[in-house]
Amino acid sequence: MSLPRPARILGLWLPLTVVFVWGLFALLGLWLPLDPNRIELPHILLPPGEDAWLGYDDLGRSLAARVAAGAQTSFVVALWVVMISCAIGTVVGTFSGYVGGGWDHATVRVIDIFLAFPGILLAIALAGILGPGIENVVMALSVVGWVGFARLARAQVLSLKHREHVQAAIALGAGTTRIVFRHLLPLMAAPLIVEASFGVAGVVIAEAGLSFLGLGVQPPEPSWGSMIRDGARYLLMAPHMVMVPGAALMLVVLSVNLLGDRLRDRLDVRRT
Amino acid sequence: MRLLLTRLASVAVVVFGVLSLVFFLIHLVPGDPVEVMLGESAQAADREALRHALGLDQPLLTQWLHYLGNVTQLDFGVSLHSQRPITQILLERAPATLELALAGLLVAVVIAFPLGVMAAVRKDTLWDHGAMGVSLLGVAVPHFLLGPLLILIFAVWLGWLPVSGREGLASLVLPALTLGTAMAAILSRMVRASMLEVLNEDYIRTARAKGLGPRAVIWRHALRNALLPVITLLGLQLGALLAGAVITETVFSWPGIGQLVIEAIQGRDYPVVQACVLFISLSYVLVNTLTDFAYAWFDPRVRLGAGR
Repeated sequence: MSLPRPARILGLWLPLTVVFVWGLFALLGLWLPLDPNRIELPHILLPPGEDAWLGYDDLGRSLAARVAAGAQTSFVVALWVVMISCAIGTVVGTFSGYVGGGWDHATVRVIDIFLAFPGILLAIALAGILGPGIENVVMALSVVGWVGFARLARAQVLSLKHREHVQAAIALGAGTTRIVFRHLLPLMAAPLIVEASFGVAGVVIAEAGLSFLGLGVQPPEPSWGSMIRDGARYLLMAPHMVMVPGAALMLVVLSVNLLGDRLRDRLDVRRT
Repeated sequence: MRLLLTRLASVAVVVFGVLSLVFFLIHLVPGDPVEVMLGESAQAADREALRHALGLDQPLLTQWLHYLGNVTQLDFGVSLHSQRPITQILLERAPATLELALAGLLVAVVIAFPLGVMAAVRKDTLWDHGAMGVSLLGVAVPHFLLGPLLILIFAVWLGWLPVSGREGLASLVLPALTLGTAMAAILSRMVRASMLEVLNEDYIRTARAKGLGPRAVIWRHALRNALLPVITLLGLQLGALLAGAVITETVFSWPGIGQLVIEAIQGRDYPVVQACVLFISLSYVLVNTLTDFAYAWFDPRVRLGAGR
């Protein structure tokens, strides 16, 4: 289904551009002369304007540079968390669904236990206990993240393993490895990819949330979440300190979600 | 009755698992938890005293059994900071969180139902696209961004409402809006989807054919039937609401359990962190179990065991 022209620009090209720029900053961040921690005292709390780009924060650091460097933080965390969660979840879910029996029963119980912790509460507690730092954020969010993928993979395997092509492969004497890799995983890829794309948006929000609570990356390392927290103290004098990282966060989350929607329609996956 | 028992059994397993996971949290503290909690300058005697008080000098299995035993007696230990029983602190903080969660839920329902019903009834029109666009935006604005923005507009610029704290009804408005908006965004999509499904049913056509006005068809026939699946999903969404409360309470200095858990993390008061996580999770499990039973009760097909 192709969208009419304006909708196509709004729903496809714009979000693609945003995500592309986001990734670009994340990848090129190492070589760009950004200097997110350089302090320019005369520029403290300077609002966006002619010679201030996106303005300056309470310590006189350029918000443009910090937003760009924050893009790197969120991109790296999102990529790692989704990759780890997807890998663990797929393995656990596929195994559980394919083997069935007591294993499956136990796995479902474990999944239920993890789902009993509402939202990112477990990640908040874990990040709080492990201490700040990018590795700990990735770990805390992966501990929460794998569950969704495991559930999805298991459900997929359960519905696929009785299909005729799988039964035929079993009848022909194909080994488990071959069945899983040749006959199950290729068919499970589409829903998992769609789930992963929504997962990226979720992790971006979660990382910013942890950083907002002071449980994410260590200052002065920039993160959109900690920038919003710092800005919230200067709302009256310098609302741009919240607006700038907030806009970046919103644009990225909105874009990733829109692309996820498009991907789902394209791959014809029903969201469960 | 059978259904009830099997459901209760699986809830018991989940509760047991949650308890065990929360128990092991404290063992994830890098290095020596006692040293982290007391700081490096603490006296050796104080460390030993705390280690003993927390039971950390016992074998892991003993500690675990001890923890399970205490928790079943609603004994969560003592806060390291205030030296008060944690159960008492939780009871002080719980009403604020309950109040915020209920108000947030109310906001979500009040926004989501009209929006979702309107989008479904006027499917594929500008109204529908507009409503779903707003909902997409609502999902993309996290609590910790919406909160400061609302403070900026309604407290700082307009001066209508207090910036933070919990004094009177006015102070509840902004936190409730912050907490409810994200849920409203998701809920309105569910209402829309559920309504669309119901609107295609035969009995809707019958209701229309017998000359009922569109208003009666939508509100009396369609919405009532669309409500059931939405209620189940509402129970699940409550998890997001509770986790959102942790962040919302921090934004608005709302003196609830969410703020308590963050304070405890910052103060390395790990027994309090454990107790808060346990309390929030178990409330969530409780509510979901109740929703399940309510669902079974409201749907005679499930209640009478005919199966879904």
